[in-house]
Amino acid sequence: MKLYVTEIAKYVIALLLFLFTSDSFVALTKPYESDRKLLYTRQIFCMFGVQVSCFIQIMARTGKVSYLFFFAFQIVIFASVIMLFYLIYPDANKVIINNTCMLLMIGIIMITRISYEKAIKQFIIVAASFLIGFFVPELIFRLNVLKRYAWAFAIAGIVAIGIVLVLGTATHGSKITYTIAGITFQPSEFTKIIFLFFLAGSLFREKEFKDLLKIAVVAAVHVVILVLSKDLGSALLFFMVFLALVYIATNNIGYLIMGLGFGSVASVIAYGLFSHIQVRVKAWLDPLGNIEDAGYQLSQSLFGISSGGAFGLGLYGGSPQSIPFVEQDFIFSAIAEEFGIVFAVIMTLICVSTFLHMMYEGYVMHDKYYRLLACGIGISYIFQTFLTIGGGSRFIPLTGVTLPLVSYGGSSVMVTVVMMMIFEGICLVRNFEEAEDYIRHDRGRGSKRDYYDERGKRYEEDY
Amino acid sequence: MREARDTRKTTRNTRSSRPTSIIILSFIYLVLFASMLTYISYNSTKNKQKYMNNNFNTRQKILTAQNTRGQIFSRSGDVLACTKTDKKGKEVREYPYGNDFAHVVGYASHGKAGVELMSNYYLINSSIDLSDKARYDSKKQKYPGNDVTTTLSVDLQKVCSSAIPSPRKGAIVVSNPETGEILAMVSKPDFDPNTISEDWKGYLEEDSSEATLLNRATQGLYPPGSTFKIVTSLAYLREHPKDYNDYAFTCKGKVSEGDNTISCYHGEKHGSLDLYKSFAKSCNSSYANIGLNYVKQKTFNDVLKELMFNGKLPIDLAYSRSKSRVRDEMNKGDIMQLAIGQGATTVSPMHMNMITSAIANDGILMKPYLVQEVNSADGKVLESYHPEEYKRLMSEEESRILTEMMVQVVQKGTASKLKGRSYTAAGKTGSAEFNSSLTDSHAWFTGFAPADDPEICVTVIVEDAGSGGSFAVPIAKRVFDAYFG
Repeated sequence: MKLYVTEIAKYVIALLLFLFTSDSFVALTKPYESDRKLLYTRQIFCMFGVQVSCFIQIMARTGKVSYLFFFAFQIVIFASVIMLFYLIYPDANKVIINNTCMLLMIGIIMITRISYEKAIKQFIIVAASFLIGFFVPELIFRLNVLKRYAWAFAIAGIVAIGIVLVLGTATHGSKITYTIAGITFQPSEFTKIIFLFFLAGSLFREKEFKDLLKIAVVAAVHVVILVLSKDLGSALLFFMVFLALVYIATNNIGYLIMGLGFGSVASVIAYGLFSHIQVRVKAWLDPLGNIEDAGYQLSQSLFGISSGGAFGLGLYGGSPQSIPFVEQDFIFSAIAEEFGIVFAVIMTLICVSTFLHMMYEGYVMHDKYYRLLACGIGISYIFQTFLTIGGGSRFIPLTGVTLPLVSYGGSSVMVTVVMMMIFEGICLVRNFEEAEDYIRHDRGRGSKRDYYDERGKRYEEDY
Repeated sequence: MREARDTRKTTRNTRSSRPTSIIILSFIYLVLFASMLTYISYNSTKNKQKYMNNNFNTRQKILTAQNTRGQIFSRSGDVLACTKTDKKGKEVREYPYGNDFAHVVGYASHGKAGVELMSNYYLINSSIDLSDKARYDSKKQKYPGNDVTTTLSVDLQKVCSSAIPSPRKGAIVVSNPETGEILAMVSKPDFDPNTISEDWKGYLEEDSSEATLLNRATQGLYPPGSTFKIVTSLAYLREHPKDYNDYAFTCKGKVSEGDNTISCYHGEKHGSLDLYKSFAKSCNSSYANIGLNYVKQKTFNDVLKELMFNGKLPIDLAYSRSKSRVRDEMNKGDIMQLAIGQGATTVSPMHMNMITSAIANDGILMKPYLVQEVNSADGKVLESYHPEEYKRLMSEEESRILTEMMVQVVQKGTASKLKGRSYTAAGKTGSAEFNSSLTDSHAWFTGFAPADDPEICVTVIVEDAGSGGSFAVPIAKRVFDAYFG
């Protein structure tokens, strides 16, 4: 009986996640929220279906009833987050909130399996992040003045990561954390948001090369500080976000190519200068040959990914604990092992669909500031995902960043949730733009007419 | 409020057209993710077994705790290895044939070797149906692992195992040249895999020349001696495809070039020779002459490369790479040594067997294989291996000439002990000197039978025994007799 339950659950979980993800992509073809109602209902059903199936599998394998309470609590919290969000922000992009919750759920399930204590910690942070996050969309919508203070953001960002470089404590060889009143922060995570505001605020009206150069210098200061802190993943992330946003702001592909060329030269120089980069590259080129030292982590991660097969060994069926820092840097390997490659690939596609939604919003925005902010969030999110999954699977050298929303790590989860919420705020701005368009040009939009009337009225009341 | 409205106005002036940059960036990332996910799926499927067998992978323990290790069978279904559970519930790996299959079947504790290592992934996994698993669960038993059927023949293996009597050291490889199946593989000295745990410490402390655990058939590297004349002959045929029959040489028992002298075995004078006779009599002087005067360095190196010297062999067992190369800095003496298979050249018995198989199979090397089928414990076929061409090592014409030359060795030359049997054998002997003294030599024979339609290819080496003709050929004869008798 137990065996049948765990075996069948494997396929059910993969199927439900597939349905969920395909709806995320289908939503891209339906730009109006009012057309997506059925789709959202299906997604929510699948989301809790995955949650419940995983719980059944865990119960069947471990028999620990104490998990029941934890899971019930999760369901209550996630259900209320989704319900409240639908009520408060009926016009925001709900695919994003669904995807966010789905990834958080998968993360918590996997962390529960690795370490129950850590899962509880993670869960508390998720709940707190949403509590803060609920205010964010409205703030973004109202605080249009943010775009005036680009340079203040630049200073704040440099100070935040600069402090860590000087005072921070080294974890796993990288100076990335800073402890205030017993709570350990990872400022580079928070600086990601500040950096995005700086870039969007400074790039949205700059056209001349001279101005771009000024911005480039400030961005370079960020990157150099991060390299010196040995936080290579974040350094690379900041650099790529900067390049992408310059490209979007100028629409000149020359900048992108030039930037990538410069980045390559800088990487070669950095390779020559820093021994820890050489070690990473060595491990990447031949993980099994260096398994006794530099390649150990990566080899273990590869063992994990390959051992699950298409549909995985089931929760508690594998041994993800044998991968060092599995819950942070290698959560993808743990998921591939126990949920299977199929599940892991579909989960990655959720991240891709999230990214496409963000780029789409950026594409249809008129306001360049918000366009840059939306695309910046999208690029930052997808590039970090790429770094983690690619690094853990030997597609690219390992840089040691977390998988946003899925990995264990307070700062990372909180920052990503806030970033998602900032994006939701941008969606509100976009709706406002459309309503404005409608009012000004009196353009009839057929069935959407009532919708925009209502939007228009609401903004009239607000201002 | 007023403030907010004003800033909104300023941004209205910064409105822009919809940029292509966003589309291009999205596309770049889509391509990146598509290639990454393809890579992950491909890499994890392709390397699954390699990763599972790595000693640093702890997942083996999970599987061994869950499944009973599968059985290994001979080609006719005799059990070569199985796991029994004793009264205390402790699992013991049993090898019914003891020493006979020691190296080729290998062992599964203290690290792994042989088929136990090669097929470890299958042996520790269980592919029985879910309903069967549920049945085992309810009985609180472990699932039975998958079974592996080898191409090995118990009869031939036993003959081979007894053909090199202790304390002689050496190796025998028997294969089917038309299919690539390995029928028997023996390495001496051997060990009893049933008691490997008790004896392990002794093996580690023994003298390095003993190396009981080393599978000499694949990992042993020996100077090939006169068996290498096959390679030299092939190089000569490449250089003189039309007029190879015109070769003539008069053997005076030795040949000198400057300070370097090459002597024939026991200083025998072979008189006037053509290519066939030089080969049949295994005349060192004549072959030194060929190597020195009739084959260009490049041709020789090309032949060596084609015959997989200094390179990889298409086998799954652990093996050592054979070495041989004509280098620019070699003097004439070195080149003469090389041509007769002495000097720096080394070869493994398995490799020599593969070259011989290719000659027997019209020049085509079949990929050697040791496992023909993997089944789940309830009989489902999980994997099945079929004869597969690896590559052509020489032309059909070249293989025909070499076969003819090797038949002459049996009819008129050094392997005459194989003459007059019910089958026509073809082969080449070798007496490889392994140190400066002239008396010590390894006895080699490599050959096949029947010469016109080969079914079996045998390679024998006996360390420090004397000449190939008097020590290795009788052993090969026993194997041929067992097969055809």
